[in-house]
Amino acid sequence: MTIIERQPLAHVGRSVPRRDAHEKLRGAAQFVGDFVVPRMVHGKVLRSPFAHARVVAVDASEAEALPGVVCVLTGDDLTDLDPYWGHAIKDRPIVALDHVRFAGEPVAAVAAEDEATAAAALNAIRVEYEELPVAGTIEQALADDAPILHEGPLRPGLFHGLGELPPREGNVCYRYRIDRGELESVFARADLIVEGEYSFPAVYQYAMETHTVVAQVEGEEITVWSTCQHPFLVRAELADLFAVPLASVRVVVPYLGGGFGSKSYTKMEPLTAALARKAGRPVRIQNRVDESMVTTRRHGMRCRMRTAMTNEGNLVARDVDCWFDTGAYADNGPRVTATGGDAAPGPYRWHAYRVDARCVYTNTGPAGSYRAFGAAHLQWIGESQIDELARRAGLDPLAVRRDNLCLPGEELRNGAKSLDADLIGDVEQAAAAVGWSEPKRANVGRGVSVGLLAAGAHPVSTAIVRLEADGQVVVLVGTTEVGQGPRTVFAQIAAEELGVDVEQVTVRGTDTRFTPYDRSTGASRSTTIAGLAVQRAARQVRDQLEEIAAGDPLEPTAYPELLRRHFGFTGGELIGSGEVAPTGTGSYAEGPVFWEVCVGAAEVEVDPETGVVRVRRTATVADVGRAINPQLVQRQDEGATLQGLGNALFEEMVFEDGQLLNDTLLDYRVPSFADLPNEMTCVIVENEDGPGPYGAKGCGEGALAAIPAAVVNALADVGVPMQELPLTPERVWRRIQTLKEEGKWPR
Amino acid sequence: MRIELSVNGEPCEADVWEGESLLYALRERLGLPGSKNACEQGECGSCSVLLDGKLVCACLVLAAQAEGHEIVTVEGLAEDGRLHKVQEAFVAAGAVQCGFCTPGLVVATADLLARNVYPSDDDIREALSGNLCRCTGYAKIFDAVRMAAASL
Repeated sequence: MTIIERQPLAHVGRSVPRRDAHEKLRGAAQFVGDFVVPRMVHGKVLRSPFAHARVVAVDASEAEALPGVVCVLTGDDLTDLDPYWGHAIKDRPIVALDHVRFAGEPVAAVAAEDEATAAAALNAIRVEYEELPVAGTIEQALADDAPILHEGPLRPGLFHGLGELPPREGNVCYRYRIDRGELESVFARADLIVEGEYSFPAVYQYAMETHTVVAQVEGEEITVWSTCQHPFLVRAELADLFAVPLASVRVVVPYLGGGFGSKSYTKMEPLTAALARKAGRPVRIQNRVDESMVTTRRHGMRCRMRTAMTNEGNLVARDVDCWFDTGAYADNGPRVTATGGDAAPGPYRWHAYRVDARCVYTNTGPAGSYRAFGAAHLQWIGESQIDELARRAGLDPLAVRRDNLCLPGEELRNGAKSLDADLIGDVEQAAAAVGWSEPKRANVGRGVSVGLLAAGAHPVSTAIVRLEADGQVVVLVGTTEVGQGPRTVFAQIAAEELGVDVEQVTVRGTDTRFTPYDRSTGASRSTTIAGLAVQRAARQVRDQLEEIAAGDPLEPTAYPELLRRHFGFTGGELIGSGEVAPTGTGSYAEGPVFWEVCVGAAEVEVDPETGVVRVRRTATVADVGRAINPQLVQRQDEGATLQGLGNALFEEMVFEDGQLLNDTLLDYRVPSFADLPNEMTCVIVENEDGPGPYGAKGCGEGALAAIPAAVVNALADVGVPMQELPLTPERVWRRIQTLKEEGKWPR
Repeated sequence: MRIELSVNGEPCEADVWEGESLLYALRERLGLPGSKNACEQGECGSCSVLLDGKLVCACLVLAAQAEGHEIVTVEGLAEDGRLHKVQEAFVAAGAVQCGFCTPGLVVATADLLARNVYPSDDDIREALSGNLCRCTGYAKIFDAVRMAAASL
């Protein structure tokens, strides 16, 4: 155990109330759908009813003639530009040109004076389709006679960050492979081998606010108010699509009503901007829930895995094949596939492993980022195999982890950043929180799980801190407020560095015209990377103040006087800028920026008569280096825990022949008050081992990978091992019936 | 068609389309975007308002049905710039994250506590089961409701 001597800090480490709470509680916080732009009209999207078809003809003349209709956008309006976009692979047209690849794909869009007119106009557009064979599942897409979704050379997008993208292989648009050691010989010498096939469903992020965009195009000037997490990447894609300079595109992001990855990268912005360009007026498009569900989702996945151990409990080898269903367009699929591949071995000391992960096109809505992607897909599988090996060897699953987990400083993957967390300490705390060694009654089980998520994305962030003449501080930073609380955290950091009260610091939304560049809000990166940029910017202001003070003590109350002294006048401001970039060596040069810890534990009770799994206790570990705002850290883990329970127990998008069958909240259930566990514990671990400000590192995603894995392990501890999520009562009941037939239930 | 109604104690008039929801009228015609437009199916509770003191999803009520009735929205809960006790409790418990479900939850909680001063945990679960939140994990909303009940 390391004893850390902490320097006393005034604001960092305190649960300062959210700066935005009052606004949000009064209904005064502005979201994109609340914006009214002068002369704005309403946009609606005509979407393909077919999962795969050729578009023979689109006739919008009747719709365009309706009173109140401003214009109808079709593929014919895009002949003056290269209409393909996609940050990873440029595979997606703004609207369908001659081919639709999923049910729900935009074929045309209407702008009208009001929503009712726009909706009526959609019905007046005539589209002639010629249906094509559908590859609705991974299996169908990989079959020898599968319809091929995309032809021609693969065109890399602007920000895939994956080196050189190889050509497609049929419907496989990306493949990620890693290996270490002599796999087959290690397996041949192993005492115990567990292997199986597993399936993880497509799930929907369900941010409560659907994708909403207001766009205005005036000559080369494009302005979008958008529900996007990554305004600067959207800006770059729009500039690229419409062939205008970056500075001609302005992306404004107010408060976001949740994101969880569903608003990462570009979504509805190109279509809305193209419609506004044709309309010559600002246009608002607001998705319904069913439309957002086919705008993005989590990848469904199939996996084959085997893991080997010695009789003494040494984990020696793991072999993984997995296929991610990215839907009709790549979106963030290649990155999800790579992150899944990196998560697959888990943080153990292997002699050998091999991972082969493929990203597969199918005729379903595109899949992209969702909190803890990759790790959420693979951790429950790998961790359930470790528990199964422990059971066969008669060992305590916690002891197996204690003996095999990598230690801080150990290399995890060839050439990648070494382990920067105390995983054994973390999992022991999680286990203790669910009463690991307490006696269990019948049908109650406990499980733990440990994993890592490559976090931080590309570490480029800048920030500006302005000290105004009245002593107030303004922080300009591109991180978007999705609910996670960066405006509060950045205010704490700036206040800490400048010695002012948190209330004196203002952090507002992003407007790319004024806010400096920040790569993205995702991958748990904001506190660590953008936070460091804020800290550096604030320190620059402090340096300037020290110079002006020329040896006088720096009292925040005297800042206005110091500014007067410097400018010789009442007015002026001090400006500091901070930058984080992956130069030189150290944390920011080697990937990932940090390993996000995914550690959790659960206690469940199953009713064998109905198959209903009730989660009684959960524990997660926020191994954050330093909690700048402990309350916000806990809130992140609590939210991720409930999402993890939804992913584990009942969330599943059901497709048939590429058609999404449960596209409403009546049919697609998300966790409600009734699903809250009896006890939910979040342990905060602060070892100051992060690369961010004050030793911080990110959190908020790990719990969503850890909780499903812990629940699966807890259910297997009762005697019901499962290889398919979600753990619906029907699936669990059927599994129990099979176990009964095999004489394995009750155990 | 033209409707007359009372919103947050003020008489209002609006020109609405026959098929238009009360939610649309509040947000688009009356300049009150606090009630959120999310599922439009009465499943998420983000648009919860009080109609003659009764909790409703504004997305499921036609604007025309509100003719002559009294509506209270989230914007009408704070009085003289001071937060309602329910809103104060949400701040204290840290029950706010993205804030999109928050207006509906605050109205639904105010409705619960107006009917039931000492709600049990089951009462709270039942009363708020129609309000979804994807950020918080619900635990702190529970705490906020208990705190608000204690403070009233």
